[in-house]
Amino acid sequence: MSRETLIDLLYLFSATTFIVALKGLGSPKHARRGNMVAAFGMLVAVVATFFKYVDGHSLRHVWLILLAMFIGVIIAVPTARFVKMTAMPQLVAIFNGVGGGAASLVSMTEFIHIKSSHPATYVILEVLLGVLIGTVSFAGSAIAFAKLQELMTGRPVTYPGQQLINGVVGVAAVTLIVTILVTASTSLLWVLLVLSFVLGVIFVLPIGGADVPVLISLLNAFTGLAVAASGFTLGSNLLIVAGTLVGASGILLTRLMSKAMGRSLSNVLFSAFGSVVTASGATTRDDGRSVRSGTPEDIAILLGFSSRVVIIPGYGLAVAQGQHVLRELAELLESKGIEVFYAIHPVAGRMPGHMNVLLAEANVPYESLLEMDEANSELATADVALVVGANDTVNPAAIDDPGSPIYGMPIIHADLAENVVFLKRSMRPGFAGIENDLLYNPKTTLVFGDAKDTLTKMVAAVKAN
Amino acid sequence: MNVLLQYATVLILTAFVGTEIIAKVPSILHTPLMSGSNAIHGVILVGSMLILGGSTTNLQEVLGFLAVILATLNVVGGFVVTDRMLEMFKPRTPRVKETPTDEVTP
Repeated sequence: MSRETLIDLLYLFSATTFIVALKGLGSPKHARRGNMVAAFGMLVAVVATFFKYVDGHSLRHVWLILLAMFIGVIIAVPTARFVKMTAMPQLVAIFNGVGGGAASLVSMTEFIHIKSSHPATYVILEVLLGVLIGTVSFAGSAIAFAKLQELMTGRPVTYPGQQLINGVVGVAAVTLIVTILVTASTSLLWVLLVLSFVLGVIFVLPIGGADVPVLISLLNAFTGLAVAASGFTLGSNLLIVAGTLVGASGILLTRLMSKAMGRSLSNVLFSAFGSVVTASGATTRDDGRSVRSGTPEDIAILLGFSSRVVIIPGYGLAVAQGQHVLRELAELLESKGIEVFYAIHPVAGRMPGHMNVLLAEANVPYESLLEMDEANSELATADVALVVGANDTVNPAAIDDPGSPIYGMPIIHADLAENVVFLKRSMRPGFAGIENDLLYNPKTTLVFGDAKDTLTKMVAAVKAN
Repeated sequence: MNVLLQYATVLILTAFVGTEIIAKVPSILHTPLMSGSNAIHGVILVGSMLILGGSTTNLQEVLGFLAVILATLNVVGGFVVTDRMLEMFKPRTPRVKETPTDEVTP
């Protein structure tokens, strides 16, 4: 067997491990092993690559490659090990961005490398797509990171003529691509690089904080596609398989997320949601309707007499760092024979599935985490729906108020439960800035204060009873 | 067979396989799915190595060197953080049922 065939076989093995890893994610039981299998497959591919011939030579600059890898490892490992779980979206954004950046660099360098041999038009097209998509992903992820890390405002950034400017830049990029296809000019490639960067930035700026879960999924898909494009250019099936898998996953998650918000993808990307809403919401409803508030002790008694409690956590819980106390409360209730479930809305948190990770970190067993549909059927027979740090995801306006900006979003039907308890910091509306009628519902009790404090008091009170 | 056609075949088939598998991932694992697939596209490291290893000019070396650093960050960081997350997902520990000493009936 020739050396090249052996290496290709090893690549085939790696590609298979990637598929196995994704299959493993079908259940929490096998997921970790799957991830390790993929990591091993990746290692095999990298080691095999060291033995590959490029243009008839063995790999040059091996020490330089090892040095670059060493630098990458000493930055990546501590970052990945010590990042807080609440900061996971930022981290995924940044790792995604560097992947896109690498794909873009690979495509570009390959173009410089092969240009002298007058490559076919489709090869140049692959390069240009790789550069365009990879760079947009890099720049977009950087802005998404800045928004999530609160280095800049999480609100949509808008300015007059925004749509027009974005459109012009987009058209300019396409024109440039066509020109480079015809002229095969390297200097124009640099212009495309800069233009793609600008496009990535202005594309993400108007997308508001609440829509970031959709955005991250989409950027993930972009990087996957950029890697697949590089795979076409380099003639590597491994890169094509891996890139396409990620592209498929990203696109699927993007669709799921927009569906979970009841909005179309183009609406999420191009409507600058948050800014419009804050202008229209919260003004009309201040008509002096009264709410009922209670103390943590009242709620503890209510919970003590229940037989079935559904907890609806939102990102506010994580902000207050209340997950551990919440789990303590849930376990305490369970020890009294009360059934406790967690109802997780798909967009709870800052990225798809984020709330599940935050609860898993607090040692909540995954059997207790219910998806939205399951949760809604449990809620019909629940005595108490305990809403902690969530707001928009339980807002009935999404069902019955066609004028509401969140109309059409599937929600968790907290209002089906016998009693609804909200733990809230204040009467301020949620992330999307929309008033919630459920707060004024006669079966609703509000407990004001920091979620962690309130939960701690509730734990003490339940213990005392 | 034309190479382009061969690559396109791989692309199309993978797209279908990927969609089928990923549609079966439950929503509680969507964050690890995202960071795990993130690590998988870090396979661009292989491409970056080939670029740096085949470079003949200073410009190519610089770009390739950068690409290897970025891709290593992507791949190592992605796998490590996914492993850390998946480790946290635990089933309910079978507890010895406590005897209900404190009756809740008034």
